[in-house]
Amino acid sequence: MRRTVLALGWLWLGLFLLAPLAIVVTIALSAAGEGMPPYVPPLQWSGGGLKIAVDPGPFQLVLTDPLYRHALAISLRIAFVATLGCLAIGYPMALAIARMPERRRNLLLLLVMLPFWTGFLMRINAWIGLLNDAGWIPRAIAALGLAAAPPRILYTDTAMYLGLVYAYLPFMVLPLYANLSRQDPVLREAASDLGAGPLRAFLTVTLPLSLPGVAAGCALVFIPSVGEYVIPELLGGPGAETIGRTLWSEFFDNRDWPTACALATVVLVLLLGVPALALRAARGRAA
Amino acid sequence: MPSRRRPGPLSGLLTCLLLCLLPFLHPGAARAQSKELNVFNWTDYIDPKAIERFEKETGIKVRYDTFDSLETLEAKMLAGHSGYDIIVPTSQPTFSRLVRTGALATLDKSKLPNLKNLDPALMARVASADPGNAHGAIYLWGSTGMGMIADKIRKLAPDAPLDSWDVLFKPENAKRIASCGITMMDSATDVIPSVLHYLGHSPDSTKPEDLADVEKTLMRIRPYIRNFASGGALEQLASGQTCLVFDYSGDVIQAAARAREAKNGLAITYVAPKQGAQVAFDMLAIPADAPHPDAALAFINFVLQPDVMAGITNATRYPNAVPASNPMIAPEILHDPSIYPTEAQMASFFTTGPVPQSAERPRSRMWARFKAGR
Repeated sequence: MRRTVLALGWLWLGLFLLAPLAIVVTIALSAAGEGMPPYVPPLQWSGGGLKIAVDPGPFQLVLTDPLYRHALAISLRIAFVATLGCLAIGYPMALAIARMPERRRNLLLLLVMLPFWTGFLMRINAWIGLLNDAGWIPRAIAALGLAAAPPRILYTDTAMYLGLVYAYLPFMVLPLYANLSRQDPVLREAASDLGAGPLRAFLTVTLPLSLPGVAAGCALVFIPSVGEYVIPELLGGPGAETIGRTLWSEFFDNRDWPTACALATVVLVLLLGVPALALRAARGRAA
Repeated sequence: MPSRRRPGPLSGLLTCLLLCLLPFLHPGAARAQSKELNVFNWTDYIDPKAIERFEKETGIKVRYDTFDSLETLEAKMLAGHSGYDIIVPTSQPTFSRLVRTGALATLDKSKLPNLKNLDPALMARVASADPGNAHGAIYLWGSTGMGMIADKIRKLAPDAPLDSWDVLFKPENAKRIASCGITMMDSATDVIPSVLHYLGHSPDSTKPEDLADVEKTLMRIRPYIRNFASGGALEQLASGQTCLVFDYSGDVIQAAARAREAKNGLAITYVAPKQGAQVAFDMLAIPADAPHPDAALAFINFVLQPDVMAGITNATRYPNAVPASNPMIAPEILHDPSIYPTEAQMASFFTTGPVPQSAERPRSRMWARFKAGR
């Protein structure tokens, strides 16, 4: 049984990670050209022999051209802010839910997951309706006297961050909740018996014990935020030239599949470091 | 009796997976016989009644799918096996590139008697993209210019010339209009040739100094651009969220019609700038690997009938290339020079040629810098 489960894991990994990755790397090593598909594969059968023509150009371009470094820097900054935002809102939420009576917890968790029952694109489009110049949120801000005129929110960084935090919040809350609800309440009681106030008990007991959950939540928010295409495209301003949009532009505007694939490979390799770090943080704490 | 081992969950999963893959193995085999047609067209670009009538007359079931940019269409075509029977690429650059890469089927003209309905002068304009008009028939056409809410612009910039690109490309005008909203079409392919032409260069120029000129012009108005719209700014213009857009003629004209229907008091007009606008033809074409090429030919022949074409023009407010349809076109459309341009305008319009791939990277680079404002 155990073997079957393991084999399933490997099969999943092979089919949905390694095989696509192999295809992407192969295209990244090809030369771009007009055709269907628009590149010349590096390995070709010609006249009975295997012809190898690897083009290092796409990788060179991606690694040396400052445009990609800049896009990556923008993406990392956006992901970092979004992760902080999710943490700032998600941690108190998870803590509050974990300390509720058992029967209310399930309802609250259900509410956290409820947005997933509607399509992702639908929800992001709903934000366009809320944030546009005639939308409820700018009008409410003006009606409350916080601004003279309805402020422009849609197509700004504010709108993009709102969308990102909104979309990824459940990915922060759920692992944090899983961690916090498993903590033994006896530990906090012991802290207060020893004279620690609620804040001190939180800082010295609850928070350090929850760090693996924080690491898991941050990794789950950070990684997809770096590659996020839809939210910056639909809500963000034109200045948010993220790695996702750069990739889109290489693939669709330039029809340069090799460069797009080289870029995807580089980002993937960089991002592989994040779960490694998170795993390390989690292990270090658990030991 | 020897006990047979029950198949484990893994083999069940594998079976499912293989079953899922099965239809992809022989895409044509199962479908070729059935009477259906997969159409891939621009959004808001047909008369729904035309499809109903085609289905009724031929018994062919139409599956209708839409795209909002040439980039999307081309990426699907280049990946191959798109499954579509009819696509509607624009003459330059997409249609001509698809012709060159062999992605389109040669039209069997013996099955298209209605090709004779097409205006030979317009078809000749497409021949530079498709020698001998072997791969496509003109569906609708239009120009690329500006959509505007003129009275709002006049209030902000009373002296700006509304019939000229200057209203958009001169920073002193753009600056004053910015508070009302300027929207740029998010397509290097559509915008750069027009700016080149505005600056007096060839719209096909690949010279670095010409491109630098374009970049300077665009960067000067960059601070005043509110947003970039992919797939046109129809909705934003129709709801008055923006006042000045760079867009396709038909998009603007549809936005104007929507604003009239909504009775929101916005008078939207399309302007083909006096410097000359880029004219583009959207072509009915059949992918080389179309699963139902016969149904596709039947569809093209059906669409090229004058009464069908008139219905499509009435619904989309784009001009067609079938002169015999004119008597059936609503007079307010036929006599609107922003839809059917005058002879003089037609003479000022320009078409673009193919851009070599080596020149496209600098163009899209410049475009990325322009969008980011750096």
